[in-house]
Amino acid sequence: MPRRYVITLCDGPTCIHKRSKELEAAIETELTRHELTGRVSVNLSGCLGMCAQGPVMAINPQYTVYGNVTADDIPEIVSSHILKKKPVARLAIDEDHLYNRFFRVFGDINFFGKQMRIVLRNCGIIDPENIDDYLSVRGYEALAKVLTDMKPADVIAQVKTSGLRGRGGAGFPTGIKWELAARQKTDEKFLICNADEGDPGAFMDRSTIEGDPHTVLEGMIIGAYAVGASKGFVYIRAEYPLAIKRLEKAIADARRECFLGKNILGSDFSFDIEIRLGAGAFVCGEETALIHSIEGHRGMPRPRPPYPSVQGLFDKPTLINNVETWANIPVIILDGAEWFSSIGTEKSKGTKVFALAGKIKNTGLIEVPMGVTLRSIIYDIGGGIPNNKKFKALQTGGPSGGCLSEDYLDTKIDYESLAAAGSIMGSGGMIVMDEDSCMVNIARFFLEFTQNESCGKCTPCREGTKRMLEILTRITEGKGQEGDIERLERLGNLIKKASLCGLGQSAPNPVLSTIKNFRSEYEEHIKQKKCRAGACTALTGYEITDKCVGCTACRKVCPVGAITGNPKSRHFIDQGKCVKCGLCFDTCKFSAIKKG
Amino acid sequence: MESKTITITIDGKTYQTQEGLTIMQAADQLGFHIPRLCYHPKLSIEGACRVCIVEVEGVRTYVASCAYPVMDGMKIRTNTQEIRRARRDIVELILDNHPQDCHTCERDSNCELQRLAASMGIRKRHFEGERKKYEKDLTSTSVIRDPNKCILCGRCVRICSEVQKVTALGHAHRGFQTVVMPAYNMPFRDSVCTTCGQCINVCPTAAFVEKVYTQDLFAKLNDPSIIKVAQVAPSVRAAIGEAFGLEPGRAMEREIAAALRRLGFDYVFDTQFSADLTIMEEASEFLERFQGKGKLPMITSCSSAWMKCVEQFHPDLLENVSTCKSPMSMMGALVRTYFADKIKKDPKEILSVAVMCCTAKKYEASRPELMVNGLPAIDMVVTTREIAWMFKSAGIDLLHIKGEDFDEPLGLSSGAGAIFGATGGVMEAAIRTAYELYTGETLMDIELESLRGLAGIKEGKVTIDGKEIRVAVAHGLGNAATVLDMVRKDPDRFHFVEIMGCPGGCIGGGGQPYAGINSMPLDEECLKKRAEALYGIDRRKTIRRSHENPDVQRLYKDFLGRPLSAKSHQLLHTHYKVKEPRGIIPQELKVR
Repeated sequence: MPRRYVITLCDGPTCIHKRSKELEAAIETELTRHELTGRVSVNLSGCLGMCAQGPVMAINPQYTVYGNVTADDIPEIVSSHILKKKPVARLAIDEDHLYNRFFRVFGDINFFGKQMRIVLRNCGIIDPENIDDYLSVRGYEALAKVLTDMKPADVIAQVKTSGLRGRGGAGFPTGIKWELAARQKTDEKFLICNADEGDPGAFMDRSTIEGDPHTVLEGMIIGAYAVGASKGFVYIRAEYPLAIKRLEKAIADARRECFLGKNILGSDFSFDIEIRLGAGAFVCGEETALIHSIEGHRGMPRPRPPYPSVQGLFDKPTLINNVETWANIPVIILDGAEWFSSIGTEKSKGTKVFALAGKIKNTGLIEVPMGVTLRSIIYDIGGGIPNNKKFKALQTGGPSGGCLSEDYLDTKIDYESLAAAGSIMGSGGMIVMDEDSCMVNIARFFLEFTQNESCGKCTPCREGTKRMLEILTRITEGKGQEGDIERLERLGNLIKKASLCGLGQSAPNPVLSTIKNFRSEYEEHIKQKKCRAGACTALTGYEITDKCVGCTACRKVCPVGAITGNPKSRHFIDQGKCVKCGLCFDTCKFSAIKKG
Repeated sequence: MESKTITITIDGKTYQTQEGLTIMQAADQLGFHIPRLCYHPKLSIEGACRVCIVEVEGVRTYVASCAYPVMDGMKIRTNTQEIRRARRDIVELILDNHPQDCHTCERDSNCELQRLAASMGIRKRHFEGERKKYEKDLTSTSVIRDPNKCILCGRCVRICSEVQKVTALGHAHRGFQTVVMPAYNMPFRDSVCTTCGQCINVCPTAAFVEKVYTQDLFAKLNDPSIIKVAQVAPSVRAAIGEAFGLEPGRAMEREIAAALRRLGFDYVFDTQFSADLTIMEEASEFLERFQGKGKLPMITSCSSAWMKCVEQFHPDLLENVSTCKSPMSMMGALVRTYFADKIKKDPKEILSVAVMCCTAKKYEASRPELMVNGLPAIDMVVTTREIAWMFKSAGIDLLHIKGEDFDEPLGLSSGAGAIFGATGGVMEAAIRTAYELYTGETLMDIELESLRGLAGIKEGKVTIDGKEIRVAVAHGLGNAATVLDMVRKDPDRFHFVEIMGCPGGCIGGGGQPYAGINSMPLDEECLKKRAEALYGIDRRKTIRRSHENPDVQRLYKDFLGRPLSAKSHQLLHTHYKVKEPRGIIPQELKVR
């Protein structure tokens, strides 16, 4: 029986969190009830990216995307959309585009309009657990082309021409890395896919693998052919069970279909891939630490050179690239390096996937061509700042990225521009902050993370970040001292230049960039003991002004009974009792409570 | 591969150097001393402390000169205002998480960190804050681990895994909480630590020190009711001068005997005497095995760390290990019996002290099977470092004291006993005696050059009565493991194997004086000079073969009978048992 409808249910982390699993059960029940099982197939897909409106599901072939769906909506969707071919207007995402054709034309939804999906091209579209689905979207065609028409050197030339740069963060030209690995003469070479995505709030790699694992595998197999590697590893964190499950299935399916293993597609070329699970140390995303971890040692980086391309896993030349880098490869081979290099800026080609988070309307996963401005990401794709708040800062590149102020909003996304602005591309975290965010506190928060995740090997990172954190903590507690800003700068610059690996070298970024862009906030904290955002509890107080009408709402909500006052007369806060939780401030409908 | 000559610029001047060197190596050769801390020439490159950073033109960050290779045309700056300040800040950061108790610290005036801080000119502290707080691990018989003093240079971890291949230590936890510990934070006593003490030797601070008995010993030396007996290992005399500021290589044999007497010992015996005795027993045992009674190859047993190592890691080869006790324990057994009889005293009234180059001897002294008639063979073991400190503390000027002889009847030794302390020495001494015991003829060419020197594994052959005897010598437990693998692969390859637990043999023991200001621990030149001191003692002796030692001969005649007699077996031989390595698999995970 031909399948007539395909329901694709987003199985990304946010949607799961928003109870998408209940939808799956409800859909099955409904389909059974209407005896539709077999005529409608239900797929779980990788993250569709519209996390803010999750749980999200799409119905094909009507190309309708539904958001904020609950289990109670399912009977209506099935009876109306599937049985009567009438999409449910109230649940369709973006009211202006009732019949949005998400899959065919991304432009129909604003969220997708400015995006360009190369890495995520199949995510949310195909069933990631079905190799036939991947094959139907030209899957493994690039591999076949490489094995039949191209020499390893041609493949490397294509990757070089494409201008692709490492998506793990540092942006090293991928082709040059491949060339170096290919040039090594040894009996054995390895290849690694770095899927140790450690940035809090980042899920680009996870979504890519969950949504389209075969793309990553195909990229790896092509890479192995190009450099002459015989064995590959995907190093993925154990906290990603779904991604691991899908990857395992994809590897097994690929082996069965002769895309992996001995004599791939009948050629002389043999290559196989194994999965290695990481225990979740942030530093294991650093390539030499990752290699140590695969070897069974403690994940600690070592000095480079020698680079892994020369001496890596088990001391053999090892080509190591990030998930997103690998996912770009099949497209480059299929559509050509020239096409790929036509996207992006002069030095940064192609697209970049970002996890958009923080104080922004459309949080989620996006992929944009290099060269798009930060403003466009925040306001066009992200839909701007919610609750009429003012934009304050944007942090790019994960916990070790810098915080950029409004002055940098017209910065174009590429490796060099972001570095020049004092931040990094990183692996693609993007966090938006509004006026309620205290930049000192934010810097402290990020540094706390990197400080905890330091491997403890080199002095500047191990000891230096601890001291910086101590200074930041005392500033946010109102105990900042004269000279603390200078101390932070001195330590920050030292750690940046003297640390052993990328973790240490980038750890001070949030602090140094906030000092550079928001120095006055630091000075206020230290000199006036004031936090203008009201985020530093020790520096924040609440006061009831004469706007108070005596509605008693604040008095009722105060958890410690710090507010007194009679109905219809002005209330007062007992500062000795107040725990600065802010509930009164949030409750007051008359803007009668002053924070600061 | 021949290395290419390249041109580099250091601090504005151009130099020729060789491709393949690190910046630090090239700079060393050119007379630039870049400060360093975690670097050790014998160990792998860690690049952890970042003290040796330099600026390289075109590189965004500072580079660790210990790890970064020189390249043609490279422009290096080692001494700018900026790099000096960065280094100083790094050392300051280390100090900020280090106890400020220098003047009460074991390593005061002998501490690499202290010296480094002084050379950086650190006069103010800028970043003080929380410090680490750990308990000291006092459980081991030999080595104290104090993580509070640890600066995480990783030298101990590296020497334990790379040189000794014991891997008793590793890094645990992350970031500021990082600490070096045995697996599962097991007490040191229960870990696989062989107590060799090499971690102490390479530690730049006092994170590892030996278990010190100096105060106890001082107290006992003041007790007139007991007979105080000391024995001194060969290697102590080859190194103790260094603790008094002498260059390595000066033998202080008779000076030590005099100094120990001045310290309060009633009798000062020489472990070289019991080394001669060991050779008598060991050579006889070997000949027995060689003639078909017992397993070959025979492996020596005098190194205490090696004893623990073989029981833990190589139980399949226990039968190959000689049953001879170490010279220290043989001496201990004789002091409690032969000597006690001689002076007509209750053995209980004798305090038997061993002055050793070794921390593992403290462990050996605690092994219950080495007890003699219910008494410990040795009451107390002090290291070269401890005894040097005691001399200084008691105002004994070792450099100017008039030398004296060791006491009879356990003080006279042959040259063969002296060379015990250097790797290959036991084998050389054993061959001198075995040859004569077997053939009845005296071996004339007694200096076996092929067994001398610091090569990790040395092989040699001697022909005794037309029969070829193939021997191997290994020093350091890592090399030992390699030799044992050779034995497992081909059990007939060797007849006799000497193994010493420490690099260089006992002269490189874990209890020897700390490296001086201009040298690194385990420095090969230093080890060679200490060995040369022992070979010099050998050359100056008229008696150079153990069996020619008249006091040994008298001991056999009056007391033991003959080598391998029942009495010898009772007093001078021991047994080994398999020790399950603890600290590798936690108890609850153990599958039996």
